[in-house]
Amino acid sequence: MSIKHGLLALLREGPKYGYQLRGEFEAATGATWPLNIGQVYTTLTRLERDGLVRAASGEAEADGRSMYEITDAGQDELAKWFETPVTRESRPRDELAIKLALALSVPGVDVSAVVQRQRMATMQSLQELTRLKRGGGEISWLLVLESMIFGAEAEIRWLDHCEAMLLRHRTAGTTRTAGTTPAAATTRVASDQGRTAGVGETSSTTDVPDQQEHHTGAKK
Amino acid sequence: MNVILDIRNLTRTHGQGEQAVHALRGVDLAVPAGELVAVMGPSGSGKSTLLTCAGGLDQPTSGEVLVDGNDLATLSRNAVAALRRRRIGYVFQDFNLIPALTAAENVALPLELDGTRSRTAHKYAEAALAEVAIGDLADRFPDDMSGGQRQRVAIARAIVGERRLLLADEPTGALDSETGEAVLQLLRDRCDQHGIAGVLVTHDARHAAWADRVVYLRDGVLVGQSGPLSDADALLQESH
Repeated sequence: MSIKHGLLALLREGPKYGYQLRGEFEAATGATWPLNIGQVYTTLTRLERDGLVRAASGEAEADGRSMYEITDAGQDELAKWFETPVTRESRPRDELAIKLALALSVPGVDVSAVVQRQRMATMQSLQELTRLKRGGGEISWLLVLESMIFGAEAEIRWLDHCEAMLLRHRTAGTTRTAGTTPAAATTRVASDQGRTAGVGETSSTTDVPDQQEHHTGAKK
Repeated sequence: MNVILDIRNLTRTHGQGEQAVHALRGVDLAVPAGELVAVMGPSGSGKSTLLTCAGGLDQPTSGEVLVDGNDLATLSRNAVAALRRRRIGYVFQDFNLIPALTAAENVALPLELDGTRSRTAHKYAEAALAEVAIGDLADRFPDDMSGGQRQRVAIARAIVGERRLLLADEPTGALDSETGEAVLQLLRDRCDQHGIAGVLVTHDARHAAWADRVVYLRDGVLVGQSGPLSDADALLQESH
């Protein structure tokens, strides 16, 4: 999502000044996305260059800036935006996934501790979001809040899943020596990793063969 | 700070020798009046054992459990039972209501067991049902109620009279998410408005997030905590 489409959406209601757009944008997203006025004007200038908005007739602001209105091209762009699903690329969680993957491959990093610290930090955010939700408010704000709540909840579930995977992965080596079939254990770990991209792959290429070689006879 | 539940270095071991299972290994947890604490952790981490020890339903192997200032280990069995009936309320995942009794009779039961006269007990029961917004269902039997309504009856039973400690083990486990949130709202209100100390065991982060504090158990040890939230801190400092 870009500020661009947010401004186009607000301009669909009618011509507006920059400061007005800023205020309405923040109100619609419950101030979870604060904009400074500079960002608003930069975006408007770019939209004007691309022919998606134009200066509207009417009184200019004190600083000489005019009202803006949406063009037909702008209407089309906005309609296209609403019709297109949002892609799941470049989300903030990716940093976390990369961090865990690296934690697994860098020696001396306590991966469980990394998972646990993240879990409690995300839990704290979830508590804060829940408190905001209890405070109530406009439906648009509550929708934005719920989106963040679902996001935090999913991240915690994913962390639980990572932890369980790591545990199975670690015991895969020892169960082998305890007499169960190594193939079944390894396959299970590998297939789980196949379903979750990123984190598991690093470990499957490094740790599993390692464990199978060194754990033989370690536990009787 | 008025600590209602004070758990000190609590250990609970099942079995002996090589077969011993260490359900809890040195847990400390203090819950003051008005605070709701959520306990999370993987299955087998000791969550439910912690709750049963806190409620006097199970005895610690070592360590202390104080409820409203009473060290449970120093009380006779009868005294613990009396404390459970008067001061501690339980809410379970599967409600544990008696099918042959109406909602009001279910709620009045712990009071009547404690020797309260039937009429008085029923008056309290109806008040408790009204507080959880199902006053109109007092004469209904559990089988004629939805899951959410049954859990409200269970909560009414847990808060009837002068309870100080509310213990809830997966209270939303059998409910859909919206009904579950309503149950959390109720537990939250009890702590906020009536100064009850609450402990909630849940595996659901969304529900745990209603608590002031979330503690995380693994292999019988508390390994993490989130909260209390910043505002709560400020309030505590003001009151000192």
